[in-house]
Amino acid sequence: MSTIGYESWAVDLAEVGAIYPFQGWEVAMTILCVIFWVGWHRIQFVREGEHLEKARKMGEKDKIAKALERY
Amino acid sequence: MDGNLNALTTVFTEFYYWVTVVFMFLIHVGFCMYEVGASRSRNHMHTLMKNVMIIPLVTVTFFLFGWWIYWAFPNFPLFGGLDTEMGAANLPWSENMGTNLGDRITGVFWAAFLLFSWTAASIVSGSVIERIRSSALWVHAVMIGSVFWIIDAAWGWHYAGWMVKYLGYHDAYASGVIHAIAGGYALGVIMVLGPRLGKFAADGTPRDIPPHNPWMLTIGIFLIYTGFWGFYAACNVPVISPEVIGGEIVGTTWTATNIYLAPTTLSAITVNFLMSLSGGLMAAYVVSKGDAFWTFSGGLAGIITASAGNDLYHPVQAMLIGAVGVVIVYNLHYWVERRFKLDDAVGAVAVHGYSGVVGLVISGFVLWGAPSSPFEGYAAVNPIGQTLGAIIMFFVLGFLPGWAISKMQAAAGVLRIPEEVELQGLDYAEHHAYEDAKASITESDKTLLAQK
Repeated sequence: MSTIGYESWAVDLAEVGAIYPFQGWEVAMTILCVIFWVGWHRIQFVREGEHLEKARKMGEKDKIAKALERY
Repeated sequence: MDGNLNALTTVFTEFYYWVTVVFMFLIHVGFCMYEVGASRSRNHMHTLMKNVMIIPLVTVTFFLFGWWIYWAFPNFPLFGGLDTEMGAANLPWSENMGTNLGDRITGVFWAAFLLFSWTAASIVSGSVIERIRSSALWVHAVMIGSVFWIIDAAWGWHYAGWMVKYLGYHDAYASGVIHAIAGGYALGVIMVLGPRLGKFAADGTPRDIPPHNPWMLTIGIFLIYTGFWGFYAACNVPVISPEVIGGEIVGTTWTATNIYLAPTTLSAITVNFLMSLSGGLMAAYVVSKGDAFWTFSGGLAGIITASAGNDLYHPVQAMLIGAVGVVIVYNLHYWVERRFKLDDAVGAVAVHGYSGVVGLVISGFVLWGAPSSPFEGYAAVNPIGQTLGAIIMFFVLGFLPGWAISKMQAAAGVLRIPEEVELQGLDYAEHHAYEDAKASITESDKTLLAQK
């Protein structure tokens, strides 16, 4: 049993194609990739929203004014 | 070089490795920038010099004995004697090491391995900044760069290494042979060296010691990424025929191979490098809650975790393995810091050491049954062999020597700088000399001006 489909390299490389593990699962792996990508956006949107809500209450007016002048 | 095809292949291979060496120099530039940026202003010149002098010290010692170890040690001492014939061809006084029209490859191959040696030493250098004596670090640099990592390369990163033959060890882009060993070595050193003053509060709570220049860290790690491309390419043989490999492959199709002479493609490793970098960056951003430096380091950790099998993985596998690795090493870093009060100043033990170990173990499952070599009679890749390999890299050849040599240095009183110097800063004397020189030349100029 070999996850890449070859148990030895006693082959003619001219007749060899894909050698990655779990061939036949490409669509499932692509779906996992999409879940990872979209899930990342979801987590990031939620976290940034929470952070900005906290941040809007953190500032002190005089310090903000000074920061604005500093550019 | 008889025949035009042979000549072209040889010169192409020579040039290929030369390009990788130039790219890999950027890894060292990046490490220097990262360390200096992470240190406080009062220490930055010493921090820089500590890392820069790794270059000549490891180079000279790698020329003297490191390269010989790689060729003489593949089965020594457990599974045979020294390979004196191969070793002799790579000794400093061998004709192959000088300008030689009959051997155009040994020199650039030596240089590619040397740059890996600098990297191994530089990984250790980062974790010990602001409190180790340079003299002590430079001994460690020689030991990890020209002795211990190259022993592990002979055992597990050589087509005839005993770990490849008997364990089915597979580590195409050095998760273990560079990163796990260097991280383990760094852990051994910092365990004896102790934390920087003030790193832990009286109740044991760790304090963050912010970098003095975040932009240097950022550029530094991006340069490390860039140099890592060269590192990946340098781990391959660019083009070779089955006849020259001399293993079980039949037919006449030429191929690129990994370090074990087993087939892969430059295309595959390029895609997998980018996907594991991306998986690492995305996971690190989430797990560190957007911390910039952990995110950048996470990109590196993602690549390192996937490196053992990036010659064979599917791109999605490379991405997910990079992501999983980062989540594990991030949590492990803070657990170790809190539990054992260890100060790993740049997270090197985690990013390199833990990532390397995790990457080896994962690859044992994902590549289970794949041939580790094109030669007959070698064990196939398997989880037990990869896990044993990880233990050999991280603990046996990394942690133990680092810890033991540091213990000897500590006993001799030459490991750590005095507390007074740590507080005033390693650059204090140089700062004084700089200020005195400025005052002196300014005074001189003023006197001259008054006379006009």
